[in-house]
Amino acid sequence: MKFVKTLAAVAALALAGPALSDGHEPMKVGFIYVGPVGDFGWSYEHDQGRKAIEEAFGDKVETTYLESVPEGPDAERAIRQLAQSGHDLIFTTSFGYMNPTLKVAEQFPDVKFEHATGFKRADNVSVYSGRFYEGRTVLGHIAGHMTETNTIGYIASFPIPEVVRGINSAYLAAKAVNPDVSFKIVWVNTWFDPAKEADAANALIEQGADVIMQHTDSPAAMTIAEEKGIYAFGQASDMKQFGPNARLSSIIDNWGPYYVARTQAVMDGTWESTDTWDGIKPGLTEIGEFSDKIPAEVQASAQAIIDGIVDGSIHSFTGPIKKQDGSDWLAEGERADDGTLLGMNFYVEGIEGELPN
Amino acid sequence: MLILERRPAPSRFLQLATPVLALIATMIAGGILFAFLGKNPVEAIRVIFFDPLFDSYSRSEILVKAAPLVLIATGLAMGFRAGIWNIGAEGQFIIGALTGGAVGLAFYGTDGVWLLPLMALAGALGGCAWAMIPAILKIRFNANEILVSLMLVYVATLLLSAMVSGPLRDPDGFNFPESRQFHDSATLPILMAGTRVHMGILVALGVVVAAYVILARHLLGFQIRLYGQAPRAARFAGVRDHILIATCLGISGALAGLAGLFEAAGPVGQLVPALPAGYGFTAIIVAFLGRLNPLGILLAGLVMALTYIGGETAQFSLQIPAAAISVFQGMLLFFLLAVDVLSTYRLRWQGRRAA
Repeated sequence: MKFVKTLAAVAALALAGPALSDGHEPMKVGFIYVGPVGDFGWSYEHDQGRKAIEEAFGDKVETTYLESVPEGPDAERAIRQLAQSGHDLIFTTSFGYMNPTLKVAEQFPDVKFEHATGFKRADNVSVYSGRFYEGRTVLGHIAGHMTETNTIGYIASFPIPEVVRGINSAYLAAKAVNPDVSFKIVWVNTWFDPAKEADAANALIEQGADVIMQHTDSPAAMTIAEEKGIYAFGQASDMKQFGPNARLSSIIDNWGPYYVARTQAVMDGTWESTDTWDGIKPGLTEIGEFSDKIPAEVQASAQAIIDGIVDGSIHSFTGPIKKQDGSDWLAEGERADDGTLLGMNFYVEGIEGELPN
Repeated sequence: MLILERRPAPSRFLQLATPVLALIATMIAGGILFAFLGKNPVEAIRVIFFDPLFDSYSRSEILVKAAPLVLIATGLAMGFRAGIWNIGAEGQFIIGALTGGAVGLAFYGTDGVWLLPLMALAGALGGCAWAMIPAILKIRFNANEILVSLMLVYVATLLLSAMVSGPLRDPDGFNFPESRQFHDSATLPILMAGTRVHMGILVALGVVVAAYVILARHLLGFQIRLYGQAPRAARFAGVRDHILIATCLGISGALAGLAGLFEAAGPVGQLVPALPAGYGFTAIIVAFLGRLNPLGILLAGLVMALTYIGGETAQFSLQIPAAAISVFQGMLLFFLLAVDVLSTYRLRWQGRRAA
């Protein structure tokens, strides 16, 4: 009889599956990072989000992560290892994990997946990202004011829509306050490679840039800017400790609240596949504290932009805007729709150089 | 003072035992490293070296990871034996994936059993052609093949990213730089359901056997070995070094290209900029760990793959940082070279001479 009871209990447990945490077993949440947690940028902030989950739920969760997982053939195995070892919710935090995430998700229908910055969903795969371009409007505004050489250097990773969007929105904001401004863009073809990022920063400075923006993950450019006595912005993370004098402000990715909410949803059994694209207003994208180096009136106008984005009166892409080739894109007062923004593969008018294509 | 003294003849025992000794030394030094990181060294070594062997999915992944390493290293070993240093297998791997993958994409949606062999052929030819650049430059201008082949890796990487952001880009992919996913006829058949064990693994095995026979029994193998040991003598024996250089680089390029195509049409299933995962470079370690012998390489490839799979497990089950795992893998090559030195030289104490 006892044996039968045990058997029934085992069967019940097995049926309950990994998605149900009954309060005895901690729920397991796994993370896949593209860089090391110590990159002090992108992966670092995702790891802060992981820690936020631990803080919020204490013993009720157990979190694990795999860092520096390349976006190639190894990604699928890494994701699968987490799925197979009983994780209930898995965050894959780089664009290149999109197809591997979907492949694994198909084999583990009971496990919930969250893929950052991608566009393909499934019943158990959500996508989420930040409207970082809103932050770049603020930074571009500051950069346009602060540059004396009228040259802003931009370290770009891959020519994907997210990065192109950032360049365009920063440029439009800088140009609005400084008609003479020009952008020098270097493509490094990597998310995280401190040596390459530093080389790019040096090359940009040699070309006359005195403010550097970046869409890569390490604080290498910030340290170069500090050394050379020019300005830069924190990317993904505040990065103040790497350039106390150089850092003007920063875009901070604040994943914590989203991660906590999604974990809660899995616990409550209310998790659904969703598409989240949050910006400054919901707080997923934050603007770091302004440096004293920024004149008070510029701080005020930058703050006004932040307030405008929050109350909806300002949109980063408001017409009239032409494309680089001179063709019309947005008419006077028209705002870009999300579909166009998500697939953006062109520069706006005024940016020099050709978009790698 | 401690000095290195050349042994009259290399120690036969040490030569054979080198990989094993290096492995043991790596475990010990790695254990110390993990202990310093506050992890239980015995448990860490167990998780890295033994646990994956007792889990069926991990075993299958070891094969998936080892196949390209073995395929590339076998080709490289033939050149290395002849003293021809192809360091750019990573580039040939990329070009092979690109040319073979392009064929698959050109016939997108077309069914047929002929498609995969055609893609494999295109991949091998692409890798071979890429390796012909250093070969021709070496033959014609005596350019150093190490430098040329290495530099071409960067060219290949950029070429891949240009192609997937341009002509080969997925038309429905929101302009993200990656190709379509290959359709079924252009995807390697899976040998074991539920795993990623693909046809390419069988091909790699076949190549190992073929390479072993060629090196041990065929005239080409004899020429390779002779040229590596005594190039001048080889010339007297009728080895035409131009042809040998082209052959060695060509074979290693073709195999690297084939490995690239298998990776693209197998585990990854599309062309992505992140396709090259360092196989071309890791294969160099595998070639030496396997003593430049195809059978040894097979074993070495499996061991190397084991450390990768085990390393990942150690990362998430023991929270050992990824960098520590890389250091651990690096130790393997370091100790291999160190023991190698000791098999040709011996350490001797020499009294300080009076000035």
